[in-house]
Amino acid sequence: MTRLAVPDLSLIVLIGTTGSGKSTFAARHFASTEVVSSDVCRGLVSDDQNDQSASSDAFDVLHYIAGKRLAAGRLTVVDATNVQSEARRQLLRLAREHDVLPVAVVLDVPEAVCAERNAARPDRADMPAHVIPRQRRELRRSLRGLEREGFRRVHVLRGVEEVEGAEIVRERRYNDLRHLTGPFDVIGDVHGCRAELEVLLEQLGYRLTRDDTGRAVGAHHPEGRTAVFVGDLVDRGPDSPGVLRLVMGMVEAGSALVVSGNHEQKLGRHLRGRKVRLAHGLAETVEQLAREAEADPAFPARVAEFVNGLISHYVLDGGRLVVAHAGLPEKYHNRTSGRVRAHALYGDTTGETDEFGLPVRYPWAEDYRGRAAVVYGHTPVPDAEWLNNTICLDTGCVFGGALTALRWPERTLVDVPAERVWYEPVRPLGGESPSGRPLALTDVAGRRVVETRHLGRVAVREDNAAAALEVMSRFAIEPGLMPYLPPTMAPCATSREEGYLEHPAEAFAGYAQAGVREVVCQEKHMGSRAVALVCRDAATAEKRFDAHGGVTGALYTRTGRPFFDDPALTGALLDRLRAAVDAAGLWQELDTDWLLLDAELLPWSAKAAGLLREQYAAVGAAAGSVLPTVVADLERAAARGLPVGALLADQRERAGCAAAFTEAYRRYCWPVDGLDGIRLAPFQLLAVEGRSLAGEPHDRQLALIDRMVEADPGGLLRRTDRLLVDTGDPASVDAGTKWWLRLTGAGGEGMVVKPLHPLTRRPGGRLVQPGVKCRGREYLRIVYGPEYTRPRQLERLRERHLGHKESLALREYALGVEALDRLAAGEPLWRVHEAVFAVLALESEPVDPRL
Amino acid sequence: MYLTITADGSPTQPATDLGYLLHKHPEKVQDFSTSYGTARVFYPEATPRRCTAAMLLEVDPVALARRARRGNSGPDASLSQYVNDRPYAASSLLAVALGSVFRSALRGTCAARPELPGREMELRIEVPALSARGGGLVRRLFEPLGWRVRAEAVPLDERFPEWGEARCLRLSLEGTATLAAALRQLYVLLPVLDGAKHYWVSQDEVDKLLRAGEGWLEHHPEQALITARYLAYRRGLAREAMERLELVRLAEADDTTVGELDNAVPPTPETPEAPEPETTGTTGTGDTAAPVSLSAHRRAAILAALGDSGAARVLDLGCGEGRLLADLVADRRFSEIVGVDVSTRALRIAARRLRLDRMGERQAARVNLFQSSLSYVDSRLAGYDAAVLSEVVEHVDPARLRTLEHGVFAAARPRTAIVTTPNVEYNVRWESLPAGEHRHHDHRFEWTRAEFRRWAEDVAARHGYTVALRPVGEEDPEVGPPTQLALFTATGPEEPADRGRIDARRKETAA
Repeated sequence: MTRLAVPDLSLIVLIGTTGSGKSTFAARHFASTEVVSSDVCRGLVSDDQNDQSASSDAFDVLHYIAGKRLAAGRLTVVDATNVQSEARRQLLRLAREHDVLPVAVVLDVPEAVCAERNAARPDRADMPAHVIPRQRRELRRSLRGLEREGFRRVHVLRGVEEVEGAEIVRERRYNDLRHLTGPFDVIGDVHGCRAELEVLLEQLGYRLTRDDTGRAVGAHHPEGRTAVFVGDLVDRGPDSPGVLRLVMGMVEAGSALVVSGNHEQKLGRHLRGRKVRLAHGLAETVEQLAREAEADPAFPARVAEFVNGLISHYVLDGGRLVVAHAGLPEKYHNRTSGRVRAHALYGDTTGETDEFGLPVRYPWAEDYRGRAAVVYGHTPVPDAEWLNNTICLDTGCVFGGALTALRWPERTLVDVPAERVWYEPVRPLGGESPSGRPLALTDVAGRRVVETRHLGRVAVREDNAAAALEVMSRFAIEPGLMPYLPPTMAPCATSREEGYLEHPAEAFAGYAQAGVREVVCQEKHMGSRAVALVCRDAATAEKRFDAHGGVTGALYTRTGRPFFDDPALTGALLDRLRAAVDAAGLWQELDTDWLLLDAELLPWSAKAAGLLREQYAAVGAAAGSVLPTVVADLERAAARGLPVGALLADQRERAGCAAAFTEAYRRYCWPVDGLDGIRLAPFQLLAVEGRSLAGEPHDRQLALIDRMVEADPGGLLRRTDRLLVDTGDPASVDAGTKWWLRLTGAGGEGMVVKPLHPLTRRPGGRLVQPGVKCRGREYLRIVYGPEYTRPRQLERLRERHLGHKESLALREYALGVEALDRLAAGEPLWRVHEAVFAVLALESEPVDPRL
Repeated sequence: MYLTITADGSPTQPATDLGYLLHKHPEKVQDFSTSYGTARVFYPEATPRRCTAAMLLEVDPVALARRARRGNSGPDASLSQYVNDRPYAASSLLAVALGSVFRSALRGTCAARPELPGREMELRIEVPALSARGGGLVRRLFEPLGWRVRAEAVPLDERFPEWGEARCLRLSLEGTATLAAALRQLYVLLPVLDGAKHYWVSQDEVDKLLRAGEGWLEHHPEQALITARYLAYRRGLAREAMERLELVRLAEADDTTVGELDNAVPPTPETPEAPEPETTGTTGTGDTAAPVSLSAHRRAAILAALGDSGAARVLDLGCGEGRLLADLVADRRFSEIVGVDVSTRALRIAARRLRLDRMGERQAARVNLFQSSLSYVDSRLAGYDAAVLSEVVEHVDPARLRTLEHGVFAAARPRTAIVTTPNVEYNVRWESLPAGEHRHHDHRFEWTRAEFRRWAEDVAARHGYTVALRPVGEEDPEVGPPTQLALFTATGPEEPADRGRIDARRKETAA
């Protein structure tokens, strides 16, 4: 039996004449979906599997399908004769394009057998007799050159028996160590700094093994941790052989993994006898090795074997961790090709050089959007910092910086300062910080699906994304300062209570039915929604939120627009807010230097002046102008005996409604001057450093906020009144209803009822509404029109459908919480912004605006 | 909605003849159902000396909203369709009701008293709330017809005098006319005065206008305006409304008026919401304050600069309605023309303007329009010969300018970049522009020549460009040109960087 080894991701090219049994072979060894057959493709485009005139189109289809499969990382078998080198060249190009290894499997079967098989098939019976001999000639010509053509493995099966006895064995790729789960300690560029490496390993908890002369020859971790070196163990530093001896010992003992750095690559070439320039610190290594060889002549050969066997990148821990010396874009993870290796070793150079004569590298990490963390070295940076889930650990130890390690999966950093500057850098350490970079359009535009922890996949339609793009681009503040947008909220179920469209009874009943007993009723302030990001100082805002120009936070609306046009006013409000946080001692208590708050800013007229003038006051004005005249004229008509009694009563009622309407909006209007007259009513603490507070019970939230309000020295903050209600206790429900009636009777907008514990789920597992609003009878005139309380209108309005609004509210809520989670976890800005943008996009979904 | 018609009687001609003319008995209260609700006709007064007929139209706001979103399936509409002054302020809806309730009076027929319709009477027409902005237009429309016009402004809210006047008036017209003429004039002019959108679209509006305008419209000095406005509203409104809905919803979510968000494109003939002649605002749209030729000057200057650069593949970043695109398409030097805007509405208008759907295949292949944003990096914009940002930067918040700079000069990195922006110093030369105001209300800033130069030189230095500044439009010796142009030329390699982000270069210390 012949065992044919193939990498588990490869492009397998079957080569054989017609009738050689390729399809049978493919069917026996591979899943039917893994095989792309030229005959099938011919059939797809021409309805005839043997129509040779359709070949060109058929191969287009074949290459397209194979390309899609390879892009998705799926092993693919091409079932076509492939006896001509041109046909194979196209497939080799395809394999290269997708960075997979091409494998040739040749089915070399005697002509007579092929001819006999074809004759037995009705669709091929009339194939011209010269076809098989011609194909065989071409096959024989090809056989010797397959490796030279570019196939990384060539398996030739001679004769029917070998073909039938063959077995395919799939092998894991060298770089695929997903089954190793660590834990790991990834260590940055060592460059011959043996002493620092020994200190670092000990700090990480490794026990060093030393030989008789006291040289470290290995190390192991008592908890079984594995060290992973990002490469560049050698050159420039004082003791490259010492580093190699230690690391090679660890690798042999299974306590370390090493990916190749460009310096290992070059050293390997040197040791293989190739001509390389002894620059960039290689000369020092060569000299050190020569000295080493005097005592241990076998050492250079061991080193050569070691460095020549290094793999250029590893994928570890179930695919969550990728280590490559110069980093690696996602499409190259776990792939195998020359350019993957080149990127892993050298990065992506633009071909230009900078003012120091050094190559300019393309900043692949800025574009990185992968879920796997990529840990790399190669480019010295002053500090190891995460960017888009990638981190560079080369903190320039050999240049006098530090040797840095990343603990995985803990994601904590450990470093050891260099003993001294071992090698003068060509260019000073440091450089441009990667911050301040705009996000990519592809992070937000078009139809998207956002994965959320609490509600799974949330889709955004293309039209909605387009509208959000316009608003986000033209009006919103910088994405970095806007880590959250508030979700919409559904009203409670429609009330049948006479004169009411919304009533607390429905809100309490709704939660009781969902199995939620403890709810909090929160006073709903009638102003405009405002999200406040308040940082302790400008430095915090700059470091954590990429702010610039000395701003200390942000105050923005539900669509991300600055609340005030004047930045000075925003600054002044943030100053007052900060003073309240200071006085309440929340920075220390919450162990943070920033807070994100959801709030209502009063009065309504401060922000909605345009809307009040154009829409609300206009209604009151027109009604106030026309209805008294109508009533007066009807009174005259009644006086002269016309039967207008009912009509007159009706019009008087309308006039009363209109007056009530004007009164309703007037309550939410008062003049402001600068910050004078402005009130901010925070009702939720959303997040602090390292922590989303979205899941905190609302009473605890409000207690923290109360302390801010009480401590507020400037009179900016307003308390949010609240009442806890037990939905299973009639007395408590009754108290809640009375509380609401009192609140709305005094002109309040109404209340929001929330489960005391956010993110509560129904018995079935589905999230309950994060809150429902229950708006006051008078307030609703602003929403449903002055005369909505008239029985005929009210009856019709009760036919409202809440389903879509409720679904929208849940989706937006899940996205908002997702944004906070991502923010708290320190995820890249694009990940936070993706969720925030989706909230805005969903806000443009069609739903009854009165809900 | 309410309207009264009062006739004064004389010994020979009792005022109650009005009842015959209107075909409605003065001693009855009658209901008529119309498409939008119930019209009631009654007479508060009916004596030979004076007779007043009143029509009260009670529109059903729910039905109104339902009609407005005809053709749109979801339970979706703008909030302003529910809470608005339509039920109270007389508008085109009242005109429709007039036309149907008083049909024979409008036609001038009276079966019972055939001699009456031809007779002129002393009439007073009162509309306590008329949908119209400002009294000027009302006078211009009614005074030439012989009416004595009284139009009282209605305050928005007496509690908040600073809010100003409502967009409705208390109107009274007095004069001598036949009732038929008076009704026909109202029938046409109520919709003309009504600045808001209409909720009805009908195929035979032209015929209706011609019939109702007979005898008075042909001599009216404002005939052109009346015709245009009467008919204009009926064109393409449904489509426009659909296109705007997403932005409408976002505006509503944010307690703002739609106009604050949906203003990427100035009102076009298809959205006839141009400011009324008597309004003083000059900052409404584009360059209303500027001489008409300025935008032409600007395009010529841009084309000249592009010509100097030898560019063939050109980006118009922020192409708006595509005026510059049209010039570029007409010029064979440009082999590839890409128009980009963040407003999809602007792009649709640009596509219509360029007649993209009717262009030949070869021509159309040169042009590409798509939505993009300079607040994000769009890799599709990389590698062009030239990029034009005409009147774009001043629409970006200063805090977000660095993003635009990165997107254009580092990521897209065209060989040539052309930026135009207003010269704020020149604003004093425009008498119609109030001091200190921007030329467009969406401008986040306007720069002096020195400020623009400083910005341009700074950007050029940071991104490896040289820059030359050019005046656009007639240069004033004291305050300079109305528009300024910066021509940036990349100093790097001849080939435009196909990968972009050169300034983001991270340099390696090792080879």
